[in-house]
Amino acid sequence: METIILFAPLVGALIAGFGWRFISIFGAQVVSTSLLFLACALSWVVFLTHGAHDHPIGIMSWIQSGTLNAEWSIRLDRLTSVMLVVVTSVSALVHLYSFGYMAHDDQFRKGEDAYRARFFAYLSFFTFAMLMLVTSDNLVQMFFGWEGVGVASYLLIGFYYRKPSAGAAAIKAFVVNRVGDFGFALGIFALYLLTDSVRFQDIFEMAPELAQTQLQFLWTFWNAAELCAFLLFVGAMGKSAQFLLHTWLPDAMEGPTPVSALIHAATMVTAGVFLVCRMSPLMEFAPNAMAFVTYLGATTAFFAATVGLVQNDIKRVIAYSTCSQLGYMFVAAGVGVYSVAMFHLFTHAFFKAMLFLGAGSVIHGMHHEQDMRNYGGLRKKMPYTFWAMMLGTLAITGVGVPSVFFTLGGVPLGFAGFLSKDAVIESAFAGTAGGYAFWMLIIAALFTSFYSWRLIFLTFYGKPRGDKNTHDHAHESPSVMLVPLGVLAVGSIFAGMLWFNSFFGHTDTVGKFFHIPYAEEENRDAHGTDHNKGDDQADDKAAGADKEKGKDKHHYVFTAAPGEGAIFMAPENTVLNDAHYVPKWVKVSPFVAMLIGLAFAYLFYIRHPKWPAKLAENQRPLYLFLLNKWYVDELYDAIFVRPSMWLGRFLWKKGDGAVIDGAINGVSMSVVPFLTRLAGRMQSGYIFTYAFAMVIGIAVLITWMSISWGAN
Amino acid sequence: MDNLLSITTFLPALAALILAVFLRGEDEAAQRNAKWLAFVATSVTFVISLFILAQFEPSNTDFQMVETREWLLGLQYKMGVDGISVLFVMLTTFLMPLVIAASWDVTKRVKEYMIAFLVLETLMLGVFMSLDLVLFYLFFEAGLIPMFLVIGIWGGANRVYASFKFFLYTFLGSVLMLVAMVAMFAEAQTTDIEALMRHQFDFETFSILGVQIVGGFQTLLFLAFFASFAVKMPMWPVHTWLPDAHVQAPTAGSVVLAAILLKMGGYGFLRFSLPMFPVGADVMTPLILWMSAIAIVYTSLVALVQEDMKKLIAYSSVAHMGYVTMGIFAANQQGIDGAIFQMISHGFISGALFLCVGVIYDRMHTRDIDAYGGLVNRMPAYALIFMLFTMANVGLPGTSGFIGEFLTLLGVFQVNTWVAMIATTGVIFSAAYALWLYRRVVFGDLIKESLKTIQDMSLRERAIFAPLVVMTLLLGVYPAPVLDMIGPSVAALIDQYDIARAAFDAAHQFAAN
Repeated sequence: METIILFAPLVGALIAGFGWRFISIFGAQVVSTSLLFLACALSWVVFLTHGAHDHPIGIMSWIQSGTLNAEWSIRLDRLTSVMLVVVTSVSALVHLYSFGYMAHDDQFRKGEDAYRARFFAYLSFFTFAMLMLVTSDNLVQMFFGWEGVGVASYLLIGFYYRKPSAGAAAIKAFVVNRVGDFGFALGIFALYLLTDSVRFQDIFEMAPELAQTQLQFLWTFWNAAELCAFLLFVGAMGKSAQFLLHTWLPDAMEGPTPVSALIHAATMVTAGVFLVCRMSPLMEFAPNAMAFVTYLGATTAFFAATVGLVQNDIKRVIAYSTCSQLGYMFVAAGVGVYSVAMFHLFTHAFFKAMLFLGAGSVIHGMHHEQDMRNYGGLRKKMPYTFWAMMLGTLAITGVGVPSVFFTLGGVPLGFAGFLSKDAVIESAFAGTAGGYAFWMLIIAALFTSFYSWRLIFLTFYGKPRGDKNTHDHAHESPSVMLVPLGVLAVGSIFAGMLWFNSFFGHTDTVGKFFHIPYAEEENRDAHGTDHNKGDDQADDKAAGADKEKGKDKHHYVFTAAPGEGAIFMAPENTVLNDAHYVPKWVKVSPFVAMLIGLAFAYLFYIRHPKWPAKLAENQRPLYLFLLNKWYVDELYDAIFVRPSMWLGRFLWKKGDGAVIDGAINGVSMSVVPFLTRLAGRMQSGYIFTYAFAMVIGIAVLITWMSISWGAN
Repeated sequence: MDNLLSITTFLPALAALILAVFLRGEDEAAQRNAKWLAFVATSVTFVISLFILAQFEPSNTDFQMVETREWLLGLQYKMGVDGISVLFVMLTTFLMPLVIAASWDVTKRVKEYMIAFLVLETLMLGVFMSLDLVLFYLFFEAGLIPMFLVIGIWGGANRVYASFKFFLYTFLGSVLMLVAMVAMFAEAQTTDIEALMRHQFDFETFSILGVQIVGGFQTLLFLAFFASFAVKMPMWPVHTWLPDAHVQAPTAGSVVLAAILLKMGGYGFLRFSLPMFPVGADVMTPLILWMSAIAIVYTSLVALVQEDMKKLIAYSSVAHMGYVTMGIFAANQQGIDGAIFQMISHGFISGALFLCVGVIYDRMHTRDIDAYGGLVNRMPAYALIFMLFTMANVGLPGTSGFIGEFLTLLGVFQVNTWVAMIATTGVIFSAAYALWLYRRVVFGDLIKESLKTIQDMSLRERAIFAPLVVMTLLLGVYPAPVLDMIGPSVAALIDQYDIARAAFDAAHQFAAN
């Protein structure tokens, strides 16, 4: 079944890409979409039924050289199955949505209708690569998927190949990602050197040993676990657009909007978070690297949120929002609560895909106008889209009833984003003792609320602005685009509440969900010091105990050894537990931040629409700083791009030209004039003479040498 | 058949002879006959070489299908293949029919052109199969001549300068190698390569003019061979002949040059340098690793600013050969496996890329990147194939380009992390220059008047690319056929190398005590 899930999209891609001539373009779209829905249905079956991680499902051998053995195979555990559900669900819905969105496109001329088949082929190919990434059992196959999604992303960002900006954005995405891949690759090399394997299971089991190992890398010795964790995280930074390697993501909005929803919001960009969670057994032994992850995640969450405040392109706002939310996920992973990182990844996929598809619906209805300054008052014209966007905004800004006031059987009431974001923030507080990461996330939550509501107010409220003709022809999207929105809306509302306990419940429910062995804690004071490790039956025993004595009365701790369970949280890692006991003000603060953001957005964009312009005028330097995205692109251009080009030209003209060829010409300068003169009247006949003379010369030389030496 | 190797080697030469003697005239029919004869001869050679592959036993690390004969002046004619050489033979026979097919539009002196390529094939096959020093040298040096002629007669405007630069560079390296060969014969009293591989050359450290030569005689021999192979590779900083040669060579010449001739350097390192002069290799390893790392970064940066498509790909070739030398001198299983794989894979990929340039050069007669743009609008099939090989060139997993790059980097990381890190930056640069090239040529709107009527690839052109596409993808997802073939021989080579190095270290310590 897993194999069918994995290969159905590939088959779809091949049929759509090469077979459309035989089954028509529409047929190609139908086939690839049906195969995706099949994969999606099977993924849900797998998600709901699979047991603890068992042996990987082998497919074929791949690279075998000495002790290196990388195979094509599937690792099925909870992490994989969560990602399977996310990837195939969003992908199937985006396929469906694209029927409507890609039906007519001004970028393509008459007779170029095959672009539709090509688009579906790319989408399906992307899905295949993403599935390869999440089902991988070793680092090298993961790298295959990792770069495969990069290529798909490159092709789709550059899909409007006539637009120069699309071409530039595509290259930028690929190259910046390659910077991350550079770190990822070095991480693989280092882990292979240390463990003699690239299989996850082998690496996990050796993780404690790595923490005790020193590895020489470059100028000095490093703690092996820290170094490997850091190098792998560099890869994650690239793919998940974390601060410093984030510059490609906003530009990636050049691609068609369904692509932004699928790749640059719900799935590919979360691969970095997935990588960190997948490598949790290693990460747990690398506290410094994890502190770095936390800091960088928090910084990204804050940075991207500030930039999002002032962007005018509807897709760029959501892109920065994505960047910011990815920062949240990394903070959760960084403080060691991988399940919460996955929780936010899971819910974010629903509401962010919906926001993008909703934005796509607006853009579609507004004839490819993307500037929010030209929107306004679209609520009436696009009622369904409006409600979908509204739900998405309620989810991302975190609307719900804070758990201090009311819970339903331990589960707070609220939209998906509310539950997962609060979980992240509480974990951040517990994990950093209320430090930098916590405060950055609170501020980011405020900003998130502001820019999200700003988007809604600018787009759907107020008076129509911009081109009147466009507004007159603005229309609601066809139902083929609205149905996916509806499905995602259901997810945005309920996904958080339904799976709250699985991802962010108490140790026992999380342990059960992720198949991590745990045990009842005998003595609270001595926790984390003396437990039976790796007891295979702990799972069952504890589960039984749980039923007998009821919930919430007992304290459990994880007892897994690295490599057991889908994620690993060391017995000493109590952040998950502590996060439930943070002070009340902490639990309420994201909610308050959300309200403040909402209030400001209301003031600025409903009550006093003149204020934003005035503020921008008064605070011009700050405004420009934010509008220009902290000038990171300009900075990179000045310190990387230009110097590279300059250096390339210098090495070419001076290095190759003046120095190397100069030296060689110096030697043969006496010959060259002769040659050029010769060339003037050279007939090809002369060349043959030359060649012949050369053969004779060599032969004579060798013969003479051999005979004279042989005679000795 | 116990002279399978000789038949394979000399069949193209025989066809060349037939062409030379029997084909008369310059009319169209004669030209067509010359092309067909060349195509059939190279194809038959490929089919026969499949028997070599079938008979070859990978687990046997000795030379196989060995033929030994006496020939003039008491010299020995000896041919054979092992796991290291057999795939180069296959690469050559596989590519040559494609090269001939790609030359179908040649109109100038077709007969001579075909003769040159047929002779070239014989000489290249001879290099990979000969097991005698003198024989090897003959093939190795004579291989220059047809290539020299191909550039000099059928090349571009500046062909004479390019062909002489090519010739001077490679010939200067060869002279040193010849001297070394004479010296080897003087010490070992044999020219048999198998015997020489077992012979232990003196590695007593001595000094010349006050300069201490660690590894002594072996280091000197190593350096002499190195001069020749480094030019052939080509390694930085003796690479500058390659861009010029490529730019001036006709498409088929570029393909052969990049896909096969460059591999002779790498093959030479594996056949001579490592097994015969292990101590010399050991002594020089740090230098070579650094030269490789510099080559990768340096030539990638230079590729970034090229305006000529062929030059760009030529510089990219130099960078890719940097991975090869790096992998070879990492001297572990992954490094050498990767290096050989990289050479084979680069044969397909760079060959295909030069063919891609050839396709549009045939139409527009310019290699200027700026002369193109927006080709995807009229040439979708071309855009697809060019994209595939661009991605293969940047080492995308799933294409054969990845396996070689990955294994060599993995290998060298175990030896020197600095070099590995610097070389790994190549994955960033290669993406930049390759995609930048692709974007400028293929993407964008088609606005140039001259391109408005350009035609997509013909059936013949597609048929030429098809086998290359298959090999690139097949070896990318299932490299086992290559890795299994070379694995045991490489393992044997490494064992021998490690033993020799250990002996040297022991002797060194003994001397120090």
